[in-house]
Amino acid sequence: MADSTLKFKKLPDRDPPENTIGWIAWIRDNLFSSATNTLTTLIFVYLFYLYIPPFIEWAIINANISGTDRSVCDANKSGACWTFIKVRLEQLLFGLYFASNPEQTWRPIVAFSVFGMLIFPLVIDKTPHKKWLLLALLTLYPVLFICVVYGGVFGIPVSDTGQWGGLLLTFALSFVGIIVALPLGILLALGRRSEMPIVKMMSVTYIEFWRGTPLITILFMASVMLPLFFPSGVDFDKVVRAMIGITLFQSAYTAEAVRGGLQAIDKGQNEASMALGMGYWRRTILIILPQALKISIPSIVNTFIALFKDTSLVSIIGLLDLLKMAQNSSRSLDWNGYDIEGYLFAGFVFWIFCFGMSSYSQKLERKLDTDRRAE
Amino acid sequence: MTSSAASKTPTKTEPSPIITINKLNKWYGKFHVLKDIDLNVNKTEKIVICGPSGSGKSTLIRCINRLEVHQEGSIIVDGTELTDDVKQINEIRSDVGMVFQHFNLFPHLTVLENCTLAPIWVRKKSKVEADELGMELLTKVRIPDQAHKYPGQLSGGQQQRVAIARALCMQPRVMLFDEPTSALDPEMIKEVLETMIELAESGMTMLVVTHEMGFANKVADRVIFMDEGQIVEQNDPENFFNNPKSERTKLFLSQILNH
Repeated sequence: MADSTLKFKKLPDRDPPENTIGWIAWIRDNLFSSATNTLTTLIFVYLFYLYIPPFIEWAIINANISGTDRSVCDANKSGACWTFIKVRLEQLLFGLYFASNPEQTWRPIVAFSVFGMLIFPLVIDKTPHKKWLLLALLTLYPVLFICVVYGGVFGIPVSDTGQWGGLLLTFALSFVGIIVALPLGILLALGRRSEMPIVKMMSVTYIEFWRGTPLITILFMASVMLPLFFPSGVDFDKVVRAMIGITLFQSAYTAEAVRGGLQAIDKGQNEASMALGMGYWRRTILIILPQALKISIPSIVNTFIALFKDTSLVSIIGLLDLLKMAQNSSRSLDWNGYDIEGYLFAGFVFWIFCFGMSSYSQKLERKLDTDRRAE
Repeated sequence: MTSSAASKTPTKTEPSPIITINKLNKWYGKFHVLKDIDLNVNKTEKIVICGPSGSGKSTLIRCINRLEVHQEGSIIVDGTELTDDVKQINEIRSDVGMVFQHFNLFPHLTVLENCTLAPIWVRKKSKVEADELGMELLTKVRIPDQAHKYPGQLSGGQQQRVAIARALCMQPRVMLFDEPTSALDPEMIKEVLETMIELAESGMTMLVVTHEMGFANKVADRVIFMDEGQIVEQNDPENFFNNPKSERTKLFLSQILNH
């Protein structure tokens, strides 16, 4: 018997074959793996060659940035006219009021800087006390924003919200839409899954109503219809009306995104926390939501990005958001004809914010991915 | 309620029931899952429930902590009858530990946090106290070194032992096990069963739904065989395995023991 025992012998680990790793292998596998693939690669290289160098030439190499009026740009038509953006920058970023009152321009600058100071540490991994920073962003920051940008306290003159505009307006509308709609959306999503028929019915009705109505309609309603419900003389602020409309609309979308996450949670999670004697709110807050929100981060952020871009619809109720401001500026007599630069700038600013949100959500997803086994 | 007599303190030294189930009936829609179940579980008693799938054994133990709601009959746990009163249900649940087939650990919390969550939020223990208790029980199930890992980083057997520790952290009076080894690789069943045997030896009252007949033989005071939502036969393990009375039991035993 002893003679016939098999000895288990572990084979040594070997490196993978030379030609299957490294960048040459990557290029071969991904760009030239077949005839069609090779053809597609070549077509794209040609298209890049065709369009990218001229664009760079126009946007950077030949571009105009000097001067304070259109004479420089008119003299050199082969490059972009960034002078226009430079001259109109304050108006594009802060709107008419803060641009035309230079002594007030510090107010939106402070508001944006504080936002940056709060958001950057939040994005960086190693920051301590993130909870407090987030709390400050959600509670103190809106107060600061109102004090500084709207004014009316500490001797700061009141700025008419109708004169807010540009990025400032886009930012204010989106920020309110996002931070109010998220908790509202979570409650609606929980309500939709509630076992209480009345709560469930109300949540479903709310979500389906607002989700089924175009944002343009809601903004029109908020702008035209809402004042009809208030006694004449009560002039409800136009920006606040837009904020309410956007928030109601956004909360329905957020609710559906959160519900997707809730549905993905195994019912064993609920059962296990029930078996430990935890009540509904404890189960929901400690066990279900942390997992559900993690799953729904991509779709929640998706709705945030959509909202950020959708705020440009407020132009139809006469508010001048970033896009409308760019359009109006490039149609003014001073800069007539330079609308490509205006749109490019507006698009670029939108892109920075949206890409920022998207990257952060991807980072968050990776960080919260505790299910995977340790390397 | 007819069952109130059963929950009174016994006059003699006869064993005192911690769970009294009386004429329990349950339906899923129109499907009659549990039929006229009568069962008393005494303190420190270990009961193994077996039976073919669909026999209602899991449903029965899930009724005991009201993860399932019954329609007829009564269940009294430690003197309190299970009703719709949410507060009462939560109190009973916090005294009845449960271990699930699929562990159901909380994947977003570390192993130690899994153990301390309910003691902190339900038992209102301080974090220090709860951590101490958690480490003590993780040591008992022999995985104190994994305390700061996430459940996803552990093997199935380790996860199930964490689940046992998590339930024990609530210092329950009864432990319910719903097929605790069915989802495990064969190599890991043993470590979980050993933990359960140690727990049984410490005097815990246990109701275990399992097909591990070796475990039943070694630990059980009583083995219950269920089929079609009824208790077909119950006996001490020796008589149960060696002279089963009903034909149904004989057939079941021959199927699971001779494969």
